[in-house]
Amino acid sequence: MMNFLGNFITPAGMWNPLIWVFVSLIIFLIAYLIWSRGESRYKKGTEQTLPFLSGYAPESAEGTHVRAGNIYWGFVTALKGYYKVLRKIHTGNVNDYVGWYVGILAIMLLIYLLWGGA
Amino acid sequence: MIWDTLMAHSPALVIIIPLLAAFGTPLIGRAGKKYMYTWILCALALTELMTIVMLYHVFTNGTAIYVMGANPYNLAIPPDSHGIPVRIILTVDAFSSFMAFTASTVALAGGIYSIACEHEQTGQEKYYALLLLMLVGMLGMVLTGDLFNFFVFLEINSLASAALVAYHVDKGVATEAGFKYAIISAIGALMFLFAIGILYGEYDALNMAMIGSRMQFTNLDKIAMALITVTMAMKAGAIPMHYWVPDGYGKAPGAISAMLVTASQASLYGLFRMSFTVFGISANHVTLGWFIIILGVLSMFVGVTMALIQHDIKRLMAYHAISQTGYMLLGVGVGLATLGTAAFNQYGLAAMEGGIFHIINHAMYKGLLFLTAGAIIYRVGTSDLNKMGGLGHTMKYTSIFFIIGALSIAGIPPFNGFASKLMIYESVYQFQPVLSIIAMIVSILTLASFVKVFHSAFMGPKIHNVKEVPRSMLIGMAILTFFIILFGLFPNIALHYLVKPAAEALASPMGYLSRVLGGGP
Repeated sequence: MMNFLGNFITPAGMWNPLIWVFVSLIIFLIAYLIWSRGESRYKKGTEQTLPFLSGYAPESAEGTHVRAGNIYWGFVTALKGYYKVLRKIHTGNVNDYVGWYVGILAIMLLIYLLWGGA
Repeated sequence: MIWDTLMAHSPALVIIIPLLAAFGTPLIGRAGKKYMYTWILCALALTELMTIVMLYHVFTNGTAIYVMGANPYNLAIPPDSHGIPVRIILTVDAFSSFMAFTASTVALAGGIYSIACEHEQTGQEKYYALLLLMLVGMLGMVLTGDLFNFFVFLEINSLASAALVAYHVDKGVATEAGFKYAIISAIGALMFLFAIGILYGEYDALNMAMIGSRMQFTNLDKIAMALITVTMAMKAGAIPMHYWVPDGYGKAPGAISAMLVTASQASLYGLFRMSFTVFGISANHVTLGWFIIILGVLSMFVGVTMALIQHDIKRLMAYHAISQTGYMLLGVGVGLATLGTAAFNQYGLAAMEGGIFHIINHAMYKGLLFLTAGAIIYRVGTSDLNKMGGLGHTMKYTSIFFIIGALSIAGIPPFNGFASKLMIYESVYQFQPVLSIIAMIVSILTLASFVKVFHSAFMGPKIHNVKEVPRSMLIGMAILTFFIILFGLFPNIALHYLVKPAAEALASPMGYLSRVLGGGP
């Protein structure tokens, strides 16, 4: 019977999730103690709870929410060329799906015939 | 006595229980929905129980043989068969039982989840019958020791899956996704059957162990190897043959998307089993290993970068499923590339263990994430992230389940994804550092992608006036969460009972071959 609470031995060292959880709890406790010593000025129902959009009043609650399509815009724009190729090959056409499968099959057939044997 | 009998017959019972339950479902369904739900849940729970019994049997007694219709049940080579294993032979080693446990657990969670999620749909008896047949297909694929039976179960799995993908119809879009899946699966299965024909013509046998032991590795065998490995990689969703995955996973009901993960993993099992056991002894391990590694790296990187730009929650998760499959391919590919060398003992076996550990981890957290996506769609009525927001205000349990799944898939400790990824990073780094670095970058991008989903769906002002999903859906999610936390906090349990025996069984094809070809009970 092995020790399930013991260290998880990895190829280059070890890992102990329980120690990690214990240390995390201590860090959370310290963070909580620091936070609890702070001054509480938050008042529900006042303008403190309204979203701040550079001084402009939000049109609606929904309007303050950043939509999924706008997240990582910079990342996607920086990799425009890469995504252009990827979007082009994702045609949604089942003929292309089969084409890729047959293409890879042909390549692997050639590779195995040349270098497949021991 | 009863326990021994149960253990001995467990490989057959694991397949027979869901098979009989599938055909009984339309009949029980006529008596009423409540009876049908009880019937389904009993069948799924019993299958899970029998899988655990089989797991224990294999763990304590080694590879199990079950020959349908033979007396005794484990007589693989009868005296009058001229040394050839005949009849339908189930060959269950630690890797097979590991895969069966993974598939039946996700199916159980999916079945419970479906009761509330699909209760307003018509044709439920067909849905549950197909769900059980899909499970039969997966279990058969991972338990059989016979190539033709593997093909039959592959077809059962594919046809049931395609029908279930189309279940919601969704103005014809889901039907189209199911149709695409059926076409690509049928063509793949045809190629697989062609390879079986080649091997049968050469070796007069369909048994994997027999073919593996007789393998001459002629040019015909190389053709068969290409047909089988490429087909299995395509069915597992490896890039660049992954195109059906976002369509199929994206349009299937939530529970079926979770089960499609394990269905793809059954094909991954096929790829690994054929690579190690059938062709492994004669083939060039380096060529075969690098084929799997390259597919793995492509799948990891292209999968995650495609996921980042999706705004349909199910399609996004489908691309992540492709990306995570890449980790499994990478880990096991490194093991195969180093097989038979000193490097295998240094880090190759550990890479395989990491890859195999990732299979069960991925099934649990990706299954959970698909269930949370299904829960969101169930309440909001759309899968478009641009139309979501603020669900965390009301769907608190779903939010917690999503956070656990998202942190786990991103490899954040202390969840299970971290444990398997750590094994892969460390072992692959010793093989080729750049591959390990790519794997780490992919994890960062995965986290970024799920931060986007969490922000879009759960954070922000309350946009939808919805409530939490019904209890049965929460129970389905809780089952998978339990394993995520268990394998995260106590990875040694999974490693000791499931992963190490599975990796060792896969890496030692001679043990598998001699167990079948030893012949006697």
